[in-house]
Amino acid sequence: MITLTINGQAVTVPAGTTVAAAVMRAGVMAFRRDRGPLCGMGICFECRVTLNGRAHERSCQTVCEPGMEVRTDGGA
Amino acid sequence: MAERKGGYDVLVVGAGPAGMASAWAATQNRGGRSVAVLDDNPAAGGQIWRGEGTGVWFDRFRSCGAELLSGARLLARIGPQRLLTEAGEIGFEQLIFATGARERFLPFPGWTLPGVMGAGGLQAMAKGGMPIEGKRVVVAGTGPLLLAVAAHLKQHGARVLHVAEQTPFHKLRLFGRALLSEPAKLAQGAGLGWTLAGTPFRTSSWPVRAGGAGKLESVTLNSGHRLECDYLACGFGLVPNTELAALFNCRIDSGAVAIDCWQQTSQPQIYAAGEVTGIGGVDAALIEGQIAGYAATGQRAQAEALFGARDRALRFRRAMETAFVLRPELSQLAAADTIVCRCEDVTLGRLREQRSWRSAKLQTRCGMGPCQGRVCGPAVEHLLGWPAESVRPPLFPTAASNLAR
Repeated sequence: MITLTINGQAVTVPAGTTVAAAVMRAGVMAFRRDRGPLCGMGICFECRVTLNGRAHERSCQTVCEPGMEVRTDGGA
Repeated sequence: MAERKGGYDVLVVGAGPAGMASAWAATQNRGGRSVAVLDDNPAAGGQIWRGEGTGVWFDRFRSCGAELLSGARLLARIGPQRLLTEAGEIGFEQLIFATGARERFLPFPGWTLPGVMGAGGLQAMAKGGMPIEGKRVVVAGTGPLLLAVAAHLKQHGARVLHVAEQTPFHKLRLFGRALLSEPAKLAQGAGLGWTLAGTPFRTSSWPVRAGGAGKLESVTLNSGHRLECDYLACGFGLVPNTELAALFNCRIDSGAVAIDCWQQTSQPQIYAAGEVTGIGGVDAALIEGQIAGYAATGQRAQAEALFGARDRALRFRRAMETAFVLRPELSQLAAADTIVCRCEDVTLGRLREQRSWRSAKLQTRCGMGPCQGRVCGPAVEHLLGWPAESVRPPLFPTAASNLAR
């Protein structure tokens, strides 16, 4: 299991989980403004999050790592 | 990725079935060639085998000596035989495009609500660990992918409420007959039928509206039926990812990369295999991949031995093209205030005021956001009849530092 932080809240997910899936596990549906993931494969850019301070990272193309800090602007 | 100055004998772009088969074939008989496969996903397998990692092709691929450069996003062509990626430069002698396909999305009111995803998109998210158990899902759109996705979701505990296939029953029946000559595909179909027993499947059925406050709560079908659900998995067929091939001036014909019998594009030393040459499914991709890998390395006899198998696979492709033609009603779903370009929030009403892609870009920024028209391009072509525009590097948004190195 891997623990990361999503919008300040600690979330534990199985190894191999994508950041996008972890965000949804944390109950966040709106990733960016009022949108959520569409394509699931790195094309649509609707799943962008701020990852360890880097803006506009595609969460569906990134696998969770311990201690990652993820922020969505749509989520609380 | 340490390699910067030198080059590979064969560079394959895309580590899905076609790319894996290409790389394997390129290393066969005499061997000794340096072969690398570039992919922007975290692992090999492409969208169809995402996260599985088992089976004969994974065994072949892992043991053939080809180098997998995963998580490597390709940005631009910087010389006749050089590419720029986010991880540095790569040179090559022979290039094989196995860039696959993406889903076609058609706008309808409510399609921008969180919870509305692609059919393959929802499956990819579920494979990535998104909880699906007990979720109410409507699957809609067109093509064999819908049933595969519905079966996958159901196996993982989702409640698949409805599968809406837009094509009419008589076309689907003809497609079923074409499958009778393909025992393997028929067995696949029978397996899906068993998994999906009890799941309502309707032909001539499609979504007209998605509703909800802040997220998807219901889907209304053309029958007037309204289904309360957590997710709508919705894909209207697949679109070949031709952007990279276009950047190398390879001829594109009817939206797919044009190839000769050796899978060579209109450019020497550049080959293409799999969905990027036309949507034919995984069996065609594996055969085309092998032919491309053999042909690119001078193994002509081995390539030629697979021509018959490819002909059979292409018959399946033609049957699929006929069966799943998009019906005209689907271009009437979007209203004037429906967003078409999701990146730049451009509505259909604003696009209707424009005469061409060029004026739409200049006046509305349609297609100029981060996805670079990959989502709205096929939709605009379907709704307004404007063909896709030329491609410009970088192929994906990237940090300026990646371009300046």
